[in-house]
Amino acid sequence: MKSLNHAVLQTPPSGIRRFFDVASQMPDAISLGVGEPDFVTPWRIREAGIDAIERGYTTYTSNAGLMELREAVACDLESRYGVSFDPSAEILITVGVSEGLDLALRALVNPGDEVIHFEPGYVSYVPGIRFVGGAPVAVRTSADDGFRIRPEALAAAVTPRTKAILLAYPNNPTGGTLSRDDVAAVVRLAVEHDLYLVTDEIYSRLTYGGEHTCAASVPGARERTVVLNGFSKAYAMTGWRVGYVCAPPPVAESILKLHQYTMLCAPHMSQKAAVEALRHGEAEVRRMVSEYDRRRRFFVRGLNAIGLACHEPLGAFYAFPSIRSTGLSSEEFSTRLLHEARVAVVPGNAFGETGEGHVRCSYATSMPKLEQALDRMARFVQTLSRPGHTTGEERALAAHV
Amino acid sequence: MREILQILESDARATPARIAVITGLAEEEVARQIALWEASGVIRRYKTVVDWERYGEDVVEAYIDVSVTPERGAGFDDIAARIYRYPEVRSVALVSGGHDLRVIVRGDDIKEVARFVAEKLATLERVTSTNTHFLLRRYKEDGDVFGEADPDHRLMVAP
Repeated sequence: MKSLNHAVLQTPPSGIRRFFDVASQMPDAISLGVGEPDFVTPWRIREAGIDAIERGYTTYTSNAGLMELREAVACDLESRYGVSFDPSAEILITVGVSEGLDLALRALVNPGDEVIHFEPGYVSYVPGIRFVGGAPVAVRTSADDGFRIRPEALAAAVTPRTKAILLAYPNNPTGGTLSRDDVAAVVRLAVEHDLYLVTDEIYSRLTYGGEHTCAASVPGARERTVVLNGFSKAYAMTGWRVGYVCAPPPVAESILKLHQYTMLCAPHMSQKAAVEALRHGEAEVRRMVSEYDRRRRFFVRGLNAIGLACHEPLGAFYAFPSIRSTGLSSEEFSTRLLHEARVAVVPGNAFGETGEGHVRCSYATSMPKLEQALDRMARFVQTLSRPGHTTGEERALAAHV
Repeated sequence: MREILQILESDARATPARIAVITGLAEEEVARQIALWEASGVIRRYKTVVDWERYGEDVVEAYIDVSVTPERGAGFDDIAARIYRYPEVRSVALVSGGHDLRVIVRGDDIKEVARFVAEKLATLERVTSTNTHFLLRRYKEDGDVFGEADPDHRLMVAP
């Protein structure tokens, strides 16, 4: 048989998948490994979806998506971030941000073009860039400065072949956010080197104690930025598969063309439900965000108390504690934690090399479960430091002596 | 500060220490504020939501629509007080619509509730009619859904 597509063959399967297979065999495990809300879609939104099906909205929609939804999206972005997109030419409804990301990369990248992304970062970015023939260039961020983007590190990664910068904030897996100044620094660099900016802002509404900055709202960004967002996280609508892309007209046209020939449109009933979410879902979003915020404070404090140092995540629903004090690698820690303490987390190296030494814990789970998980993790960490076990630091110390 | 009340309303056993952690406020501040609210009556008391049926005990509850002739000068307050002083009365509210008062009565069995309505409530001087609805099944109360919680359909690990 002839060889399959090289880019696909050379991409390893997701590290998360392997963990899923093991964890699924353990019904008594508490999972902090889930990258989606534990809330079910608010009832009024579900009801709108049911109503759409009952009324027979079971057909294709226009390729760009329902105009009422695009208008609602435009209105939401305008009122929230003061950035205006033309719903008839600059907004496209996609099958989640995942499709939006793929379309954006395909529309922008020619084979050999470099795309800068940040590590640790979401698992799909590197494969996504590779699948379109692009060359991923990682800029590393570190726990030492709260996974901030250092402009000088970003500048150093730019080459004549750089085409775009892929930015995701609030961040999965670190929970890090960017201030308006941080975003502006990236925009300045993009303008200076004539680069496109693709921003994955799916966690924008899950920002705690600060304001999210939509990248396109920063002066200079509008004409070169593709904003990706959707309904999965804010409205707990992961399974509905509906998101959107906002881009300046030439880019939007290419993206629409790709969408037209591949996906055709996002599910009609999901789009109807999304309209309801934007029009009447605000109170539910606030309720969920304030619940995440409480769990966040509780859980992060708990992690630090049991000796897993954790910077304060200001967005999304992830804590990304360091597990270096245990002397274990991310993989070892996660595997043993699952087998010995029945708590599922995701090893940090699944999100790039710089995630090593960390694990991703999702606090999108109920408070009693978080409490139980912390108890189990505390006991596990204690067994590691008992006599007979030595931590990496102790070993290093012993080597010096 | 309002958040403290919201937390206590859904979990009366939340300690000041716990509330402090999840709100980011100082523990002493939380404790002081709760004490102030307890003193001023903003926090009336702490209670537990019990599913008596699950415990195995049948409790009979009835919602009774009561029409009354209001009293000059006192309006509905006086007659409401005459009704709510009975211990079997769990709740009394003045409502709009076809009737005046919505009364909730609880008893050990149907006979006991029926006797209360016939002998105590209906015979009150300004009560002109009663319309009794026995509760057949409780689905949701005070924001709590009774019965099984929705199962978690999420995968164990997801990106």
